[in-house]
Amino acid sequence: MKCAEFLQELTNYLDGVIDDRTKAELEDHLAWCHNCYVVCDTTKKTIEIYRDSQLYELPDDLRTRLRTAIVSKCQAKKKTGPERV
Amino acid sequence: MSAIQPKVGEPPVSDELKLVQAAKAGDVGAFEELVRRYDRNVFRIAQHITQNREDAEDVVQDAFLKAYGNLNQFQGQSKFYTWLVRIAVNEALMKLRRRRPERMVSLDEDVKTEEDSLPREVADWSPNPEQQYSQAELRDILTRTIQGLPASFRTVFVLRDVEGLSTEETAEALDLSIPAVKSRLLRARLQLRERLSRYFQKRESADGRPKHESGDANQ
Repeated sequence: MKCAEFLQELTNYLDGVIDDRTKAELEDHLAWCHNCYVVCDTTKKTIEIYRDSQLYELPDDLRTRLRTAIVSKCQAKKKTGPERV
Repeated sequence: MSAIQPKVGEPPVSDELKLVQAAKAGDVGAFEELVRRYDRNVFRIAQHITQNREDAEDVVQDAFLKAYGNLNQFQGQSKFYTWLVRIAVNEALMKLRRRRPERMVSLDEDVKTEEDSLPREVADWSPNPEQQYSQAELRDILTRTIQGLPASFRTVFVLRDVEGLSTEETAEALDLSIPAVKSRLLRARLQLRERLSRYFQKRESADGRPKHESGDANQ
């Protein structure tokens, strides 16, 4: 397996959606290709860092304000009947 | 190397369907529960796409109100959340287009960039790269890095890897084919990795700063 072929399968490999035979070929490649090992490992870290980063958390006060506005508009819609879109 | 572990803690779908049915029958309290469940997700997705806090606030309101007004069109073949995300992504893209009329913003945008070639930066990272920076610094690095991606890549990455939607759900929410989702996800992941390497790679210097301090992650 070449590095380009490895990269094509990287997403399936990281997501664990890959058949056993391809997985074995990829892991064989990882065992001797240091560059692909590093790319694979740091791509996995990239995903984990973003997933755990809590970027753009909705602050509680804003959350309450938005929900109150949404609910009151829903109540108003309910009185006036369904929206025609 | 093990696969990435999926997010856990998703509420059961049957419970969600009951809330949707109650909301359809006019129970605003049931709809409010759906808002509570997903408002944080919708806000994150909206802010990732629009890159603007006020727009993201508007998207949260508009998306939930549109969902409420169109509940009768939700047939229950997909999860309510996937249907809601589809509405929210469309609202967010409309905001983005309004702010950047000079640029065509489309999810069909299949951008070819130089970074699509094999990774150039293959230096290993420090064992705990995120601990080299304060929380605020890290947040700034991550925000600037992801904002540099084309909207179509950013959106796929956020839905799949941050919000934990499956490939199929992402395809449905974005009206893309599964191969298109997979291709964009791979490129988004590789580009983010490449850009983050500037900050997180093992380095020789003792001052704890990246070598490319002045490098713009958005280029």
